[in-house]
Amino acid sequence: MSGKANPAVVEMRGLSTRIGNRYVHRNLDLWVERGQIVGLVGGSGSGKTTLLRQILGLIQPAAGTVRLFGQDLGGAGGVAQSAMLRRLGMLFQGGALFSALPVFDNIAFPLREMKRLDEDWIRRLVNLKLALVELETEHGRLMPAELSGGMVKRVALARALALEPELLLLDEPTAGLDPDRSRSFVNLLGQLQGELGLTVIMVTHDPETLAGLATHIAVLAEQHIVKFGTAAEVMAGDHPFLAGFRDGDKTRLL
Amino acid sequence: MTTTPRLQIESGKVVLTGEWTLAALLPELPQLQTRLAADSLAALSWDLTAVERLDSAAAVLLWRTWNERWPAELSVSGTCRRTLERVAAAPVVSGTGKATLPGPVERIGYLVLGALDNAQGLVTMYGQMLLDLGYLLRHPSEMPWKEIGANIYKAGALALPVTGLVGFLIGVTLSYLSALQLRSVGADLFIVNILGISIIREIGPVLVAVLVAGRSGSAMTAQIGVMRVTEEIDALSAMGVSRSIRVVLPKLLALTVVMPLLVLWASGIALIGGMLSALLQLDISLAHFVENLQRAVPVANLVIGLSKGLVFGFIIAWVACHFGLRVKPNTESLSANTTTSVVTAITLVILVDAVFAIATRNMGIPQL
Repeated sequence: MSGKANPAVVEMRGLSTRIGNRYVHRNLDLWVERGQIVGLVGGSGSGKTTLLRQILGLIQPAAGTVRLFGQDLGGAGGVAQSAMLRRLGMLFQGGALFSALPVFDNIAFPLREMKRLDEDWIRRLVNLKLALVELETEHGRLMPAELSGGMVKRVALARALALEPELLLLDEPTAGLDPDRSRSFVNLLGQLQGELGLTVIMVTHDPETLAGLATHIAVLAEQHIVKFGTAAEVMAGDHPFLAGFRDGDKTRLL
Repeated sequence: MTTTPRLQIESGKVVLTGEWTLAALLPELPQLQTRLAADSLAALSWDLTAVERLDSAAAVLLWRTWNERWPAELSVSGTCRRTLERVAAAPVVSGTGKATLPGPVERIGYLVLGALDNAQGLVTMYGQMLLDLGYLLRHPSEMPWKEIGANIYKAGALALPVTGLVGFLIGVTLSYLSALQLRSVGADLFIVNILGISIIREIGPVLVAVLVAGRSGSAMTAQIGVMRVTEEIDALSAMGVSRSIRVVLPKLLALTVVMPLLVLWASGIALIGGMLSALLQLDISLAHFVENLQRAVPVANLVIGLSKGLVFGFIIAWVACHFGLRVKPNTESLSANTTTSVVTAITLVILVDAVFAIATRNMGIPQL
């Protein structure tokens, strides 16, 4: 663990989540500091996406607290909560683009919601974000239904980055991208992290993304974080899930 | 936490300090923008070395202030320079890309073409249905009984409460208002004729058709529409399952079968409401009412009412399925098509009702 000077960006204590009658998380603790890139791994159905939704406040915890940027998410009122949420960007697994708006307006949407920026500024920023995710300006006119799966991912990332978030939540960011794009995504995120001191929490199944990007790894199993530490520490551990992950890595190399 | 972005001008030199990020900029934006726009700052030399963080939103702001050129003298850290370079390299597109609005003639043209397109689609669907029925006659084992049953339950059984309630209230209201008039001219007994003919022949079928179009027609369009959006329709085709037999036909058959029954049910309850109201208002006993009903309303009216139900049911499902399949994979198109489906179905129902009225003008009206 790094020094105490770094304040926690996300702090979860004793968190329990219940969906229907089933507990997804029980007594879960997570502490993510500024500048960390945390890879959240775990078997399918272990509640990784639910954990991200919990950070966004889309689900009310059954017990425990979620603190973002040092403030209690549940205790904050509507205005304070939306101010907090403006400081983070979320890349949903399926993209969650607004299907009625073209790509350009999708990315411009959060910027326009600020109500302070003029159209010229917004246009430059949107074009910048499009260039950032290696899309052409012409792609801005396409509707989400006309995009390929990988393009949806990239547009969604551009939208998540639109507000220059301090905290980026990524749900399967590289799934559906070809290896080249996947690699350039890793580079892009690393670069942004260096420049802006981004904090990233990403759910991923891709060993390459994890190895290339994550500074820390959190393993979610048995309804809580069974292991959290720097990437090297955790990968050296002997949790059965990680063993599977490493084996997967080996087959990939063969 | 965050330090506010500051701009100082000292002896021909612009010094920026603090955190130049979107979040930090926002509260200071009006002041900063006026100061940045104030005078020819672009010509001065800039010192950005004290900037803690510079994000692309702030970089765009600076780049605009510099009139999209690098200032003559600029001292800046490596990471900030990279951000600025990215902004400088980004393509600038001036065109807004907004489509021009079509003129009135063009718009009418589009409307006509759209109507023709829809008419063609409806005729195609009708033809496809006949082909499917022919196919199912030859392969009766492939009849989608389960889907038909589910649709009968959803569009029929579940619609019983609302059609019953509305029918009852309409019956009571109609009877009450007619009674007020009839009593003043002493023609009390004609309440049976008025209620019998109007409810069984006209109000029952149209009322149920409007309710069902709003209730089941919209649901059918939305369901097929979402199946389009989520590519479920394509998944069916990919498995070699005919979407017209599995998705469209059950809805058409179920609603056609179930509508006459709903009409019968709603008309019956409306008559009961009318009877009760007549009993209270005009002292016409229930037995007397029923006895007179048989005399005053020839059976032809019931046949006309039920046939209307049959046709209306088919029209609603037909229009609903047609517009459902036209949904494009976005939410706007889904809502537009659902609205159009309900509006078109109700309009068509009333049109066909008028045709019915003229075609059956010599049937079922008792000669006094």
